Parts: sequence; C-alpha cells; structure tokens
Amino acid sequence: MSMVKNSLGRMVPTEVNGRSVRPFMGAHADTGGGMRYGGSIPAAARYRNKLLTDLDAAIDACAIRDGMVISFHHHLRNGDFLVNLVVEKLAARGLKDLVLAPSALFPVHGGLADHIESGMISHIEGSMNGPIGRACSLGKMKKTAVLRSHGGRYRALQDGDLHIDVAFIAAPCADSHGNANGVNGPSACGPLGFALADSLFADKVVVVTDHLVDFPCHPWSIEGGNVDYVVVVDSIGDPSQIVSGTTQITRSPTRLLIAEYAARFVSESGLMTDPHFSFQAGAGGVSLAFVKYMSELMHEAGVVADFVRGGSTRYMVDMLENGLTRYILDGQSFDLDGVRSLRDHPRHIETNPFVSYDYHTKGCFARILKVSVLGATEIDLDFNVNVNTHSDGWLLHGIGGFTDAADAQVTMITAPLVRSRLPIVLDRVTTVTAPGEMIDVVVTEYGIAVNPRRQELLDRLKGSTLPLKPIEELRDIALKLSGAPEKPVFTDRVVAVIEFRDGTIIDAVRELVPAE
Amino acid sequence: METLTGRAGRDEKSDLLVEIGILDQGGLEIQVNSSVKALYGKAIKAAAETALQELGIRHARVTIHDRGALDWVIRARIEAAARAAGHKTGLKPPAGALRSPADKNRLRRTRLYLPGSNPDLMLNAHLFGADCLILDLEDSVAPPEKYATRILVKHALGALEFGSSERIVRINPLSTPYGVEDLEEIVGAAPDTLLIPKCESAADILAVEELVAALEAKAGLTHPLLFMPLIETARGVLHAYEIATAGKRNIALCFGAEDFTADLGVERTVEGKEHYVARSMIVLAAKAAGIQAIDTVYSDVQDVEGLTASAREAMAQGFDGKGVIHPSQIKPVHEAFCPSPEQIEKAQKIVAALAEAKARGLGVVSLGTKMIDAPVVARAQKILERARAHGILGEEEKI
Repeated sequence: MSMVKNSLGRMVPTEVNGRSVRPFMGAHADTGGGMRYGGSIPAAARYRNKLLTDLDAAIDACAIRDGMVISFHHHLRNGDFLVNLVVEKLAARGLKDLVLAPSALFPVHGGLADHIESGMISHIEGSMNGPIGRACSLGKMKKTAVLRSHGGRYRALQDGDLHIDVAFIAAPCADSHGNANGVNGPSACGPLGFALADSLFADKVVVVTDHLVDFPCHPWSIEGGNVDYVVVVDSIGDPSQIVSGTTQITRSPTRLLIAEYAARFVSESGLMTDPHFSFQAGAGGVSLAFVKYMSELMHEAGVVADFVRGGSTRYMVDMLENGLTRYILDGQSFDLDGVRSLRDHPRHIETNPFVSYDYHTKGCFARILKVSVLGATEIDLDFNVNVNTHSDGWLLHGIGGFTDAADAQVTMITAPLVRSRLPIVLDRVTTVTAPGEMIDVVVTEYGIAVNPRRQELLDRLKGSTLPLKPIEELRDIALKLSGAPEKPVFTDRVVAVIEFRDGTIIDAVRELVPAE
Repeated sequence: METLTGRAGRDEKSDLLVEIGILDQGGLEIQVNSSVKALYGKAIKAAAETALQELGIRHARVTIHDRGALDWVIRARIEAAARAAGHKTGLKPPAGALRSPADKNRLRRTRLYLPGSNPDLMLNAHLFGADCLILDLEDSVAPPEKYATRILVKHALGALEFGSSERIVRINPLSTPYGVEDLEEIVGAAPDTLLIPKCESAADILAVEELVAALEAKAGLTHPLLFMPLIETARGVLHAYEIATAGKRNIALCFGAEDFTADLGVERTVEGKEHYVARSMIVLAAKAAGIQAIDTVYSDVQDVEGLTASAREAMAQGFDGKGVIHPSQIKPVHEAFCPSPEQIEKAQKIVAALAEAKARGLGVVSLGTKMIDAPVVARAQKILERARAHGILGEEEKI
C-alpha cells in the first residue's frame, strides 16, 4: 500500500479498496468541488404496482449478488430492526463480500461482527461502533473500512465515490408509491434526511414500512419517484429504543459544570448577543444541560436565536415553544418531543445532509451556524480532535456530523479533562478526525482553552471570571492527575481510513495489537 | 506458606479492589486487571510495588481489580488491605499542601458532604466552589467500610486538590467503637477542621480536644485543628451554649435535622416547624459564644426552589451557612446568603448618611424623615461586610 504524508503529518494511503484517494491538505483547501454523479434513470411506464409481498421478494427483485453495496439509515437508532432483518436474509442466501454502507450503526447491530468474521460482509463504508469497531480494529474485515461524516457520506454518494446497489429505507410511514416520512406511525422517528442521498443515488431503492397509508403520504421526506419497491413488515423498530439513553440531563456535577462553562463562554464572549445568533448541540448529558443553561441566559438577555440545529430534543422544543428561537433545523430526533414538534410545529424544519453539511454544494448551512458544541475522546495541543478511536487504540465510534458541524463560525469541544484516569488533552491525538484549524474552544471542568488562532475570541473575554487557560496547562493538569499513559501497539496494516468531508484522507486507523 | 490475607476497596469507577496474601517467602507477585490496563497497567503495578516496599512487605501475592483509580487511591487501598491482613505499620500520610493557619471567621456558606469511601466523588469536588468540603467517616459509611475509609481519607487529605475550600473531616462519635481510631488515623494528616457529630455536652468536646492535642504533639503539628460541633439531639440543643464555649477550638455550631427529628420521634417536614426552636437556640448559643452557626442540609436535591427558601430562612434566622449534599446546591445557597441589591443599596445610604452627619457635626443621623440609631447603622455595616465577602462590593466601594 503506497502511503503519503498529509498536511497534518499523518501517513495515509493513496488508494483505498482499489480507488485512488487524495491526502487531506486543509479544512478548506478543496476549492475544486466534485463531479456530480449521474446514473441511469428508468421510465415511469415500468412502474405500476411497487408493493411486494415481503423482504425476500424485494431481495429477489433487486437481484442482490455477491460483492454488492447495501445501504441503510440510522434514524431508528438503537431501536432499528431492519438492518438485522435484511442482513440475516442475505446471510441465509449464502451471499458474500457484501459492502455495508449504513449512515450509522448501534449496539443493536452488534451481531454483524459475526458476518464480518465469516466474510459475508467484506467491510463497512460509513460508520460503525462498539463490537463492529472492535472487529475492525482486530483486522477482521477483508477490506479497508471507510469512515465518513454525515455530510461526507452525502458527498461520496453524490460524487460517485461510493455507489450503492440497493438501499433499504426503513420508513415509519409510507404509501404504495414509495412516498415516505418519519413523523407518523407507531415507529415515528422524526426526520428521514440521512436516507435522502440513498434514495437519489442508489440503483435500487426499497422502502420498508410498518404503517402503509393511502396515497399520498405527505409530508414526503422520501419521494416516490425515487423508489423501486415498497414492502410492508410487522414492525421496523422498537419505539422505546428509537429514542432512549440520551434524553436526560446529566446529574454528574462535573458534566453540569462543563455545560455551564460552555454556556457562559457563549454569553460572556458576546457571541450570544451578536446579530443572527444560532447554535448546534446534540444529545448526551452535557449537550442537553448546555441547551438548558443557554436557554436561561438567552431568556435573561432577551435574545432570540435565528435557529438552533438539532438533533432535536425536548429542551430545543422548549426553546421553540417559548420563543427563544425562530426555527429548529433538525437533522434527527433524539426524543419523542422532537418527533412531535417536527410533525406539528411549522417552524420545526426537517433537514438532510445536503442542505446542512455537504461540502460539494453551493454552500451548506454549517457555515452559517454561529456556535457548534461537540464532544470528543481526545484533543491535542494543536487542537486536533479524535472522536473515532479511544486512547487504547480501539476504533469504537463513527464520526457522526462532527467534521461538518465543526465548520461553524465557533466550534466548541466539551469534554471532561480526565475520564476514569484517561487524560483527554494530550500532546498528540491517537487519530485525527477533525483538524485543529476547525476547533476554536475546548471546555473542560478544569478550565477553558481558546485556540490561539482565535485571538479575537480571547479579546472578547477580557474581564470574564471564566477559567481561561492555555491548552498546554490543561494537558499538564491531566498529566499531573493521571501520570503519562503508555502507548497502544499497532501493526502497519491500515484497517480503516478517516475520510474528511471533502473526500480527502485525514488519517488512517491501524490494526491493534491488544494488551494481554 | 500463606499466612494472612486482607481485602480492601470497591469495584467502582475511580476505585479498585485489592486482595493481599502476605507470605513468608517468594517475593512480590502482583496481578493487575484494569479498565485502563493498556495505558496504565505498568503504572498501577509500580504504584502497588512502591506502597508494599514502603510498608516493608517483601513477600506477598496481590491481585488488583482496577477501574481507573489514581495512584493515591491505589496506595490507600494497598495499605488498607495489608493492614486488614494483620500488617502492623501504615504508610506515612502523603505530604499534601501545607495547612495554612486556620481562619476561624472565614466564609462558611456551604459545606459539601462527600462520602469518605468514594474517591470518584472526591476527585473534582474542589471545582464547585463550596466554602468547605467534608470527607465523611460517619453516616455515609457502612460499619464494615469504616476501616478502609479512614485510611482512604488520610491519603485524600494529602493528595487531593481542595482548592480554596476548607478541609473538614467528619469523625464518628467517641461513644462508638470508631471515633478514637478515626482520630488516630486522621489527625496526623492535618485536616483544617473536625466535624464532631452528636455532641451533647461540653465533655464531648473536651474529650476530643484532649485526644487531638496529644496526637498533634506526636505529629509535630503547629496549627491547632479547629472544631465544628454538630448538634442533632434534644439533649445537645439544651446544652448548646455549654458545647459552644467548651475548649478553645470551636468555630461554628452546626445543626443536624435528620437525627434531631428522629430523637424527638417526629416526622421531618418541609416547613420544619418541628425544629424551628432548636435551630433558634443553636443560633443564639453560637452567637453568644462568638462563633458561627450553620444550618442543616436540604435533602431534596431536585427542589431548587425549596432549597432557596430554606437557605433564605436560615439566613433570616441568623445562620451563616448550610450543609449541602450535591454540588448543584452550592450556587443557590450562596445566592441566598448574599445580601440583595436592595439591602445593599439601603445599607449604603445609611452608612453614607452617618458619614455625612459626622462631617457636619450633627448628633442625630437621619435618612429622609427617619431617625437612624446605632443598631441600624451596625446592621447596615454587617450587610456591607457580607456583600464584600461575597465579592459583590469591591474594596474601592467601601464606605
């Protein structure tokens, strides 16, 4: 495998699974854009009755063969049934060397690790976590996994870097023509935006629903004109798991303190009262607490945001209903209040990765976003961020929308400085997911570090009582508490690449030699 | 041949379980199992080895099950397990930050209780701005845990960051089997203050004082350890003044409502009428003795409004602070104990009127149509002092 050093000094391959790739050269170094991929388009005359009896009929109709690329979206999160249903059927047919291209996977999909080991799935393009990440770290995938952000995945499909043969789209509500949305039905999950690119660029598109309604199913997040077949199943997911886990504000005093510091930073820097305020925050304890603190500060100051960017949660819905934001621009719903609000509130808007995050566009709104608040597993002295691997070398997380949302005007990382002895601020991150030039502020319980590239942010905080510290000082505090960690041991074999949102390779993950 | 075995610690985050078998021969055999083994396996083993060498144990079989404990926790758990196995000596208390001369009158609006057995809750406790941190050996620690907990607290006093918070240890009462051993372990590690529970008479204070003085002399400590008697029985309330004036180390009387209502055999209510008189008596006794009075905890962590009301009432009654059981309670209590802008403005006007009257040689001070007499001025000055202590008024605004 031929390797080259990218602009961050990381050695990355020039070819991935036979496709030649370029090294990362800077967050906005790509000014050339891409070629829009154009596949064939059939004639409407062929399409009358799209309803098939079951999934097997759909697999037959799509003529799935060895080596094909099969895709799924992750709006049903840990409640999703469809990935496992389809994969088991493909396995029963003895298919092999399939490529799975999910927008994300969850613990419920852990069983895929066996199919990776057996060779039925050659590798994953998109996102993975937990047991599948572990299998990848141990070198169990035949080919190299490709990790992409949400925007990067849209771009890869749009540019033709990744061609999907068959897309299975779990749809909480659909009609027999294939129009579908995520806001109605027993498995309602909110937006279906992650599946848009699949519906546009895959050769065959199968909508799978447990709630078939008469034509027209409206709103139509997925348009029937892009859909080949519709299949009705008993249930596409477990609603109690579709929204779960991340819906409660943390009670950890440390995490609450971090969220409070982050909200105060936004307020005391004056970002909150600048014209056209907006922010993005996801799920997870710190983010929810941040939204709550931010709401209180905005309420006191009489600030109304132009928009907030979800992952929508009850706390964002409260902001909309209490007049603290004009719009919610929603990429996915994290709880049932988010789903309800998207369905019922005219200014709660469903988005997809094209409008929000795609780099090969005539502008996406990540650049309009004022403040983005994101989590991380490691940050280094150059402000490079790792969200993919743990410090012990295991590949355990996808990118999510990280690199895309980090394109906001001010990107803030919130993370505990020490997690069960593990220091978060280090000399050098294990894997680079996003370059330091995109990261402006690091907020920890021990202090807040501002990227020296953003001196004007520091100037705005003159007189603030927030604990501002150079990032080196945060590193020193963590080291003093925990002591210096040993380094994980890797082989030379690249098991996964981290693709930046413009399609360049920002880092490579190597096979791990596990500690005995 | 294996002679003695001992266990200590917990299978919890930031902690570890240690099992030691002390042997006659064969050297040290240390097995480490850890959630952070890939990154800290060697460091954990090294910390254990060093601790065993300092203890003078040369032959032992040790198994460690770790969940991200820091070195000082590892040392404390090794020491506790070795002593549980019958080893006679302990580790010297780590040389922590030198104790500054204790300030009897410092702000004590909040004193945060931390279970002395739980290192995870201790690690970041100094970040939340409580005026005092209490490492508890008493009610939050089950009897089988007392032994290892006082050793952990000894190490915490030397190794843990306390920031600007006062370092307090709550011991068990001397009337229990644990109180004396608590003192023997803790005093040499030099906390700032001892919280002494279930005080019922002057004799209770004097007994602790005698033991502490002897242990301080033995450890060569020069700054005397301060006392905070905790009154939580009917008998204690009736003897509050006697307790407050016993010995030379008292800095505050504290009230504990939970035990007090149990002693009375009544329900503890949100309004707290059942202990209103007791709390007043404690304030009176403390103020008469020239020391601070600190109110009980508010036990519903979610109820911020109730907490604020309770803290305001405590301040109105004359208390200087309140106990807190979660860091989220700190800010509301500090705010409640801070004079309001209206109070500050009025106090500033009164003090200014006094200054003006003095300058003009007037014998009578008045503000608008109201006469101002000496107690009013004194109260106004106390409010301004408190505002300054809360950092609301800068020195330049001193009138």
